[in-house]
Amino acid sequence: MLVYLFKRVLLFIPTLLGITLITFLLMQALPGDPVQGMAGERANPETLARIRAELGSDRPLPLQYLGYLKLVAQGELGRSYYTNRRVADDLLQKFPNTLRLALAAVVFASLGGIILGVISAVKRGTAWDRFASIVAIGGISLPVFWLGLTLMLVFALYLRWLPPSGMGNGSFHYLILPAITLGTYSLAYIARITRTSMMESLSQPYVTTARAKGLTEMAVVLKHALKNSLIPIVTLIGLDLGSYLNGAVLTETIFGWDGLGRYALDGIMKRDYPVIMGVVLFGAVVFVSMNLIVDLSYHFLDPRVRVKSGLQQS
Amino acid sequence: MTATLSYKDFAGNLPALIAFIMLAVLVLTALIGPLVVSYDPLAVNLDSSRQPPGRTHLLGTDNIGRDILSRVVHGARISLSVGIAASLFSLCIGTAFGLVAGYFGGRTDLVLSQVFDIFLAFPSLILAIGISAIMPPGLFSAMLAITLVSWAGFARLVRGMTLSLKEQTYVEASRAIGATTGRVLFRHILPNALPLLLVAGSLRVGGFILLEAALSFLGLGVQPPTPTWGSMISLNRMYINSAPWMVIFPGLAISITVVSFNILGDFLRDKLDPRFQA
Repeated sequence: MLVYLFKRVLLFIPTLLGITLITFLLMQALPGDPVQGMAGERANPETLARIRAELGSDRPLPLQYLGYLKLVAQGELGRSYYTNRRVADDLLQKFPNTLRLALAAVVFASLGGIILGVISAVKRGTAWDRFASIVAIGGISLPVFWLGLTLMLVFALYLRWLPPSGMGNGSFHYLILPAITLGTYSLAYIARITRTSMMESLSQPYVTTARAKGLTEMAVVLKHALKNSLIPIVTLIGLDLGSYLNGAVLTETIFGWDGLGRYALDGIMKRDYPVIMGVVLFGAVVFVSMNLIVDLSYHFLDPRVRVKSGLQQS
Repeated sequence: MTATLSYKDFAGNLPALIAFIMLAVLVLTALIGPLVVSYDPLAVNLDSSRQPPGRTHLLGTDNIGRDILSRVVHGARISLSVGIAASLFSLCIGTAFGLVAGYFGGRTDLVLSQVFDIFLAFPSLILAIGISAIMPPGLFSAMLAITLVSWAGFARLVRGMTLSLKEQTYVEASRAIGATTGRVLFRHILPNALPLLLVAGSLRVGGFILLEAALSFLGLGVQPPTPTWGSMISLNRMYINSAPWMVIFPGLAISITVVSFNILGDFLRDKLDPRFQA
């Protein structure tokens, strides 16, 4: 097991290097001077000279890449063209807001998806099942930004149940619509997997045994079938965590949520390249780290995975 | 794997039939719709701005009096062409690299697989933003961005299929009688991987259309005044309270298109993918 963990962490390094290589190449392709791009237009000459020395714009590309790596490792992602603030500081300041939104969305997606999936598996072929499959197809097909606007129109502007936008100093009301918007896509996937997984469990002998023992249907479904269906569902939820960053860009824009996504959009609108590239790099690093954590935690939580990878090694 | 499709398959599956008809209508709309609609999608008419849907303007007008219906119809061209072109491009690139990685194995495979993983490590929209931000925004940059974020998924799929196909007896036989590598790859391996590849491709078209819409929404796609579904929503969203039709109809167009592609993709997978024929 230790060997596996070691391997997995070791493989993480080339992935990180590859990510920085891609962002480096993107920055090389930027219109304009990349050094100016990193430092910001209003940077003082010393900063420019320092970055130029570290990057060594006159040196061959591989050496320049090493210089870029060194800067990134020091947490130097450049400065915004417009505010002249350090992009790294901004990212760290906005990230908790995105995290809070994403967590709320995960909770919504997991609860909703599992409940919907269980109902449609148990009530197979009924109107419930059809409703669930409509949600499952609709959830992955509606554009996130349009779903958000529609929810805002109905629940905030017409019915006036919820605030239309903003963060409301952390009040829960403000979190509801953005979390639903961001979570719907995953909810659809989770509902789908839950249905498949539950139908498989429900056909297993231990479920028949549980029924034969005279347990109530509720107990059979929840205690026996669902408990054994959870592994693929939890895997999906875990591996999907990073993709919330995609939806966050759109959701935050719609609801005026002060997180990474809106920060990125501001950067796009103003062609503020250090900001855009900062979000791209940060987003990818968060994404792969999340996958690594999910993968590793499996090894501690699920004995079956442990045995499997043990077998693969031998 | 040699399952063929006939109209009978559709007859037993009402959603797939509806999706198929919807897509046929959409393709027709994209092809001849712009010739049929009665308003110029770019014609500004301030006298009839923000008209609700009615007899003169079926889907209403936008803030400067442009007809929403003809804008939605014109937008279909961009969405469909970007979605379909991006899946073809990424399928081709992915297939080429996947075949090479899977067939030659060894160090080639190790390096290429690592490259696939790195591209897959980015959240797709975030990488697409990065790629399209460095280019002048437009049709080409949107297609390129979507292709670059999605080829690696296909490459990994093709690599897996090639790994198992190259162990088949007929591949071995053809190598034994001296077939060139190119012949083995293109005459024996690729044709056998093709049905599943097409299924994978068709399942992704809907996602690509969503990605194009998102890029347009963020201002990184085809630029105004050319109408796209994504940019129509983004430009009109400040009027959502007073004139919701400006935002509702382009969004419905995206949703209906993507739902149709997804239903049809599922249907093709159930029919053509042997793993789903239980």
